[in-house]
Formats: sequence, structure tokens, C-alpha cells
Amino acid sequence: MKETILSVRNLKTYFFTRRGTVRAVDDVDFELKKGECLCLVGESGCGKTVTALSILGLVDRPPGRIVGGEINYDGINLVSCLPARMRQIRGREIAMIFQDAQSALNPVFTIGDQIVEQIKLHSEKSHRQAREMAIDLLKEVGIPSPDEAASYYPHQLSGGMRQRAMIAMSLSCDPRILIADEPTTAVDVTIKAQILDIFQRLKESRQISLLFITHEMGLVSEIGDRVAVMYAGKIVEIASVTELLTNPIFQHPYTSSLIKCLPGITQERERLESIPGTVPSLIDPPSGCLFHPRCAKAMAICREKEPPPVNVTKGHTVFCHLYSAQGMKK
Amino acid sequence: MLNHKLLEARDLKKYYPVTGGLLSRHRGDVKAVDGVSFFIKEGETLGLVGESGCGKSTLGRTILRLEEPTEGEIIYRGTDVTRLDKKALRELRREVQIIFQDPQSSLDPRMTVGRSIGEALLIQGLGDELERGQKVAEMLVQVGLEGQHAARYPHEFSSGQRQRIGIARALAVEPRLIIADEPVSALDVSVQAQILNLMLDLRQEFGLAYLFIAHDLAVIREISHRIAVMYLGRIAEMAGVKPIFENALHPYTEALLSAIPQVGRKKTRLLLPGSVPSPLNPPPGCRFHPRCHRVMPVCSQEEPVLKDVGGGHLVACHLY
Repeated sequence: MKETILSVRNLKTYFFTRRGTVRAVDDVDFELKKGECLCLVGESGCGKTVTALSILGLVDRPPGRIVGGEINYDGINLVSCLPARMRQIRGREIAMIFQDAQSALNPVFTIGDQIVEQIKLHSEKSHRQAREMAIDLLKEVGIPSPDEAASYYPHQLSGGMRQRAMIAMSLSCDPRILIADEPTTAVDVTIKAQILDIFQRLKESRQISLLFITHEMGLVSEIGDRVAVMYAGKIVEIASVTELLTNPIFQHPYTSSLIKCLPGITQERERLESIPGTVPSLIDPPSGCLFHPRCAKAMAICREKEPPPVNVTKGHTVFCHLYSAQGMKK
Repeated sequence: MLNHKLLEARDLKKYYPVTGGLLSRHRGDVKAVDGVSFFIKEGETLGLVGESGCGKSTLGRTILRLEEPTEGEIIYRGTDVTRLDKKALRELRREVQIIFQDPQSSLDPRMTVGRSIGEALLIQGLGDELERGQKVAEMLVQVGLEGQHAARYPHEFSSGQRQRIGIARALAVEPRLIIADEPVSALDVSVQAQILNLMLDLRQEFGLAYLFIAHDLAVIREISHRIAVMYLGRIAEMAGVKPIFENALHPYTEALLSAIPQVGRKKTRLLLPGSVPSPLNPPPGCRFHPRCHRVMPVCSQEEPVLKDVGGGHLVACHLY
């Protein structure tokens, strides 16, 4: 059994707005193990990004606030730790890659300078050493002619190259955990394959733990070791990737529809399956199981009671009445 | 599907001049679309696929003359679109409509949805105010929204709903051909499936033809009858859906196919090195040769022509 590097316990991040309280993350529980890739999957607006921001202490306050739970990293609870300590951890030990590299990079500095700044902020290196290190990092993520690329401004790079520069920057302090928030959503399929390849290599060469946020099940199957499926601020299923994909008998109905609505290149069919409706408002969520209004297998009990976690096999937990004792009885 | 050609492009080119220096001298051309020929039959969907920067969107816009073609002909039902005057062009744009990728920026945030859809009818001079209102409500229902949504503003809708509004607007003037420029690439997977299904239904009901532009081959497969693969301003391969997916000939198509992440498959990928080169200065010979895994000496010298290798399967590659 690998050791746990980050554990999130009953995390609750709410946003207090004029229209009401948005329960963006509501009682989320998971562990990230050393050297593994955990994928966080779900539609837009289901709380994936807020979970990541909560870990890094980057939730805007107000209106947001972590109202409950713990995030344990290296013996510290990140929820209650001092801002100064958090700043040390952020970037140096837990780094994040954002979806939109265009807006995450500063347009008026060269990418080399931006990486150098980060290195100097977190270590005692001289400017020259930092510069050399920056170039090495650019090389590691597969940027051709890294010396030259270091003196480019973000707008001079293509989307795929910008995303690589972001990855290089996040690696600059040799973090133990890397949180990647939809790093391949804005790029082409061919570039997407290249970037996935980089992550794969990093996982092996640096023993980094990855928290990979995405809405594409296809990516999960290629890069993930374990997967947590989120819906409307809650985790509905957590399992190893092989278990989830090879043992569909115990799949949460939401997970199966996420897989089924993917357009595929292997099978032929008349129409794609789609999930009716959209993610419900988190100000006024439905009663019982949050997914029941969109669920094809909804039963009477689903409207009334929130489903308990059910351990269907080792390491595979589903929050669904289909598999719970109460649901089975009926 | 009827058998005559609705739209045909012949050797279509769109160059953007690049100027620079003290006297703004002409220094070269960005050859966004460089000699493309294809046709779409009545009621047929042609999927156009390629990476960003390969000229797919420019091609779509050139057909509507949102961009003026540099050379070549566009024949729509027997008339050459490139020669139309302003009035005739407006008539064309009633029959050929476009849906954009980003539903957020293609709708005016200060106009109600009803006005946005109605404006298309107003410009085409169709119906009086009452009739237009009815038509708008009818279109909204057709795309899965409600008639009373006409009084709302774009920000009140989710991105999937906004894309439905974009489709309703295109549909209102009863077109025969819709150019859909990456209509689902900005959407969540679950919503993406809803929009694709809607487009399939509408095709059935109104006998529409689509030019469906996307970078995702899996999406293209769901909706197309035939597929054209574009690379750096040219068509690399064009064939029916089945031949492309079961017997892709061009190495670029092979690479695109293998790049698609699939549930239940691990790393058997053909990794395509680098990215699309600059169309300002395309590589000599075959434009794909610097990234090709089956490159031969001839590829850097001679440009392959698009030829039929049997059964309407067109490919531009020296291997065949």
C-alpha cells in the first residue's frame, strides 16, 4: 500500500452570495497517494476546480469560505495553517497548472523571466543558476530550442507551447503534488496527446503525485490510476480506473452516462446518449440524491434520502441507493 | 439524400498578404486555404477536420464570402458565388447559414434572444412583426427551448442553451446548408451529446446539409457522411466515414485517429511530433513530411496531388 500524501476530509467550501449559499464543495472526502494520479471528473459547475483551489487556499474570500473539514498535508492541516506557511507550500510543494495558459501567464514578461522569478522566490539560487534551471525545465517538457524559447513572450508561443511553459513553471520548485486543472481542454487532439505524454513521463521520472481534473473519461482511462467522480459538489463514486472501467455492474448511473455520452471512434450507433438537463443549482439543490432528477434508474427512496457510501469492492465506493442496503430491500 | 451537388468549391484559395518594413512592402502570403476542391450534396454532411491553424474556419467563412476568396470558384446550385453582387449575396446567405464556435460572443449581450433571432428574418425581409414573433417562438421550441425564452438575454442561459439559440437563429430563415464552425468544442461532454443529437434531428426534419468543422474526429464521426481531413491549407484525405475510420490511408489521418483518448485503452499512440508549421512558409514538397512517420525522400521534393485511389477515396500522399 502506498503512503498517503494528501488527505481531504469532509471538505466543505461554500460561497455566500446575495441569492443564497452556494454549496460548491459539500462534504468531499478523498486521499491522494504518493506517485499516483487521481483524476477528478465531472461536468462544469460540479465543484472540481473549487476543490483544487481549496487545497491551495486560493478560494476568494469573501464570498467563499471553507466552512468545514480538513486538508492534511505532511502533518499540517492546510485549512487552518497560517498564510505565511501556506505561501511556502503553494508553488514549492503543491503546484497548480491552470486550464487557460494564456491568462495564467503574464503577457509582459518573457516565459524565461517568469520561471526565474518563481525559482528565486522559493530558493537561494543566483540569477544565472536560476536561468540555467529554467532552460533545463523547458527542455524537460519538450520545448524545442529552449534557450531561444526562454526569451519569448507568451503571445509568441502556440497554445500547446504555452501549456508546456506553464508545466515547466509549476515544476520549478520540484513540487511533490501537482494539481492540473483541465490542462488539455483548450488544445488540439494531437497536442493533447503530447501533453498527456509529458505528464506520464513526469509521474515516472519525478515520482510526482498528480491530481488531474478533467471532464473527459477518455483521458482518465489513459492517465489515471484512480478516479473520483464529482457531481454537484459531492463525490459520487471513487475507484481505481481499471475497476471503474472493467466492472460496470457497480457503476454509479452518473458515471455510466458520462462514459456513454462520449462520441467514440470504435462503435457505431444512431444517436449519442445524453444526460437530460444540466447540473442543478447548488443554492437550492434537489432533495435526497442530488442526481435523482436526471437519473434513469431513480427510485422512490432517491428523492427522500441521501445515499450512503457503499463499498462494493475493495477501494471502490459508490454513493447510490442501487447498491445500498436500504435501496436493495425495496 | 439527393444526388446532385448543392455546393462545390473548385481550387479555392485564400491568401492573406503580409506586409512589413518601412514602405509596407508585400513580403509574402499566409496561404490559409491553398487550392481546395470539394462538394456537398443535398442533405449531406461533410465533416472537415484538422488541427488549429490548418485553415478549416477560413474555408468555412470563404464559402459565405465573409472572407473574399483570392482565387477559385464556389458554385452554389449552379451559380458562382464569387461573382455575386451585394443583393444576390444576401439571398445566398438566406440559404447558407453559419453557426459559430463560441455562443457567448456570437450573440449580442444587449439584445433579447428573440430580437437576435428575429433580426435574421428582418434583414431577409421575411414576414411582418407578428409573423416574426411567431417564427421566433416556433424556432425556440424546435431547438428544445421554450417560446417565452425570447424575452430573455443571452447571459441568462447556459452555454449549451446559448448554442441552441445560435442554431435557432441559423434555422429561422430556412436555410438548405449550414456551416457549423466547431459548434460543440466549447461544451461539456454531456451537453455536446445533446447538441449533436439536436443537429441530427434537424437534419432529418428539414433535409439540411452541413459543412461540419471540428478538430475532434470522434465528434465528426457521429454526424458526417463524408470526411475531409485538412492540413495546412490543403485537403490531405477525403472519403466516406467508414473508409476513413477503418482504412485511413494518409499518415496524418492515422496520427489524428490514434491521438483520440479512448475509454479502456492505454498508450498505443502514434505521437505526432511538433505542431502545424507556419502557413507563411510551408515546408517544400509534401507539407506534412517534417512530422510524418512514413516519410520518403520524394516527399521533401514533390508535392503530392489529391487523387482517387478507388471508390471515391481521395488521398494526397506519395505512398499511394
